[in-house]
Amino acid sequence: MTTTIQYADVEIGTELPAQTFPVTRATLVQYAGASGDFNPIHWNEKFAVEVGLPDVIAHGMFTMAEAIRVVTDWVGDPAAVVEYGVRFTKPVIVPNDDKGAEIEVSGKVAAKLDDGRVRVDLTAMSAGQKVLGMSRAVVQLAQ
Amino acid sequence: MALDQSFVGRSYPPTDPYEVGREKIREFAEAVRDANPAYVDPEAAKALGHSDVIAPPTFVFAITFKAAGQVIEDPQLGLDYSRVVHGDQKFAYTRPVRAGDRLTVTSTIEAIKSLAGNDILDIRGEVHDEAGEHVVTAWTKLVSRAAEGA
Repeated sequence: MTTTIQYADVEIGTELPAQTFPVTRATLVQYAGASGDFNPIHWNEKFAVEVGLPDVIAHGMFTMAEAIRVVTDWVGDPAAVVEYGVRFTKPVIVPNDDKGAEIEVSGKVAAKLDDGRVRVDLTAMSAGQKVLGMSRAVVQLAQ
Repeated sequence: MALDQSFVGRSYPPTDPYEVGREKIREFAEAVRDANPAYVDPEAAKALGHSDVIAPPTFVFAITFKAAGQVIEDPQLGLDYSRVVHGDQKFAYTRPVRAGDRLTVTSTIEAIKSLAGNDILDIRGEVHDEAGEHVVTAWTKLVSRAAEGA
């Protein structure tokens, strides 16, 4: 594990660089193939509506994968992530247009733990809704 | 109908090994638009101290969720999968998954709860490498929504 961020250089409240991740129908089809999750709610509008959704929604695991990039891009080495958990609170709705949806992710250091670790709390929003809850990562920093 | 509480603590046999390939990791990293070189460039991964390219943190879910199929499809448990949504997901890593790993998953039912007619199922997947060393544990909470009119 090799990270450029020093434990001594961060404080509770230190903000990580926020990022916005676009997601279109094409993104979801590609993610379905890469992850093996072919649930039609992620690509078939007719099916999604039939099961009571407003439209096609992104895979929760896609949103989870994007959100942690705020941490991995900050530290450099993805192996610095020692714990990562989320609650899927609202779906990311992905309309069938050229724009799709956006997932806006911000993060801040919420606690300094032992052994050079910190807890980072992440916030993920789409269309003004909080799409992840309890989104937290424990991250190993350099000492 | 509420799930049988006696299934709490039940473990399922370890899965056959899943061999992690460099190109599968690349495919996943491209799908999530993540350009971190540690996922695709063995030299970049080595510079960070890894023996080969590593996988993004959530990559392993594809493996643990497939393994959880043993639980989800267990006819004795009787979960109505058509009504299931993914509630929570958590991972705790001993080390990152990397290319060349041969991973087995042991799934255990950690908890069964019933809340407002919804069945809530917590599955823990312990992922080990070929040497039997722990790599990562995945916790998956599934919520089976109450049928209308039930």
